Order: sequence, then structure tokens, then C-alpha cells
Amino acid sequence: MAVELQTQEKTLIAILSGEIDHHCAQPMRAEIDAKIDDLQPSVLVLDFAGVTFMDSSGIGLIMGRHRTMEAIGGNVIVRDPPPHIRRVIRLSGMERIAQIQIQKPSCREGDFGIGGGENA
Amino acid sequence: MKVVNAVKFIFPGISENERTARAVVSAFLVQLDPTVEELADIRTAVSEAVTNAIVHGYRKSRGDVELHMKLLEDREVYLRIKDHGCGIADITQAMQPLFTTAPEEERAGLGFAVMESFMDKLQVKSAPEKGTTVTMRKKLGSLPCRVK
Repeated sequence: MAVELQTQEKTLIAILSGEIDHHCAQPMRAEIDAKIDDLQPSVLVLDFAGVTFMDSSGIGLIMGRHRTMEAIGGNVIVRDPPPHIRRVIRLSGMERIAQIQIQKPSCREGDFGIGGGENA
Repeated sequence: MKVVNAVKFIFPGISENERTARAVVSAFLVQLDPTVEELADIRTAVSEAVTNAIVHGYRKSRGDVELHMKLLEDREVYLRIKDHGCGIADITQAMQPLFTTAPEEERAGLGFAVMESFMDKLQVKSAPEKGTTVTMRKKLGSLPCRVK
């Protein structure tokens, strides 16, 4: 499965990996939602460090979880999205509603491996 | 437009093939030696167009999706994604960011916005029951000088 769930008290951490598209997003969100239901966390961390590709289906995934968490009085943290995923997130305006947290140095702005800097 | 190379890939419009289409476009682009960013941009745009065809075009029917890939002069990439599905009645509305007809699938309504932003040119042709054709172009940067 492309999502690993960890819990730390009332924080649920979902470590996502691989490619997030329309096809893969459905089982990912089902698994996360089942755990939210069970744990009723106050914070949901979506860890994107291991995600190699994401299209707007990932935005749907974040937005949907944001709604679910908001309904139970919690919030969502988007952790370590790699630069290209960060661009998709920025385009969606998601940064206004979900907190973006950068912990890994490799996920910092402008670091795009051999490809050079960002345009956006 | 002078075509340097062209490949056509036709596949059933099932969601498993969203990934297949991305892999095929990556393979086609190898000849251009794109940057990581250029490759990611094109893969994302193709993923959006193909997902639209599968989720919206073939929502109530089954059919094939066509992915036409062309390499034009001066490192310009031309892509056409075509379905024979239900089509779009109001293209302007469909292209509005956050507009979606599939909220239950958690579609964010950003597909066209992503295509527009990550590619240089985007054109959408569609009519009800006539399918949808998305055409996109992107010019890649020149290759860095290399030691021969």
C-alpha cells in the first residue's frame, strides 16, 4: 500500500509514497479516512517526502481531508512536498488553507535536482 | 509545422492507464533529454488530460483514449489527447478553476488550470456526444553545451 499510517497521541501521520493520481488516490483516502474515523485526531500530517509524482488528484486528496478534519475540529499539515508537487499545491491556492511544513532540506524551494530552479 | 518525430498511442480509457500514459510520454521525451522540471510539467499535464477523458468523457461509456505525441522543430513538443466520450457542453465553464462535475470523486476542478500553467499552449475542442480533444504545446529549453 502506498500509505503508511503512524499515530502519536492525537496526531495521525500519513506517509504517502509513489505516484498520486486519480487511480491511486481513492484507496489512499479510504485508508486515511478509516483511521481518522477511528482515532479522531486533532492533527493530520500528510507526509509527501516520498511522493514521486502528483497531479491535481492529490489536491483533491488534501482538500477532502481538510474538510474531514475541519468537521472534527482538527487541522491538516502538508509535510515536505518535493518542489514539483509544491508547484501543483501553489497553483491550487491550497497554501491558504493547509499548513505547509518543510523539514527535509531536499524539499526546500528551488532544489530541483539536475533540472535547475523553479519558474513559478 | 514540421514534424520531426511522431508516435500515436491508443489505449482503453480505464484509470490504470493514467500511469501508462505518463510512462509512454516520458519514453517519447527521452530523445529530447528534458530537464527534471520540464518532464514533470509535461507528465502532469498529460495525466490531467487523460484523467479528464477517463473520469468525464467516459463517465457513462467505455472507449479508447488517443495520445498523439509529436516532436516539432526547435524542441517543441506537441501533444493531443482525444476521447470519443460524452464531450463538454460549456468549455468556458469547464475550464474555470475549481469547477468540477465530479465532486464525489474528489476532483479538485484544477485539471485545465494545471495544463494551462505547465504547458505553453492549450486548446480544447469539444461538443456534446462528440468527444473532447485537448491539444497542448511546450517548447523545451536548449540543451546545455556538452563536451564532445
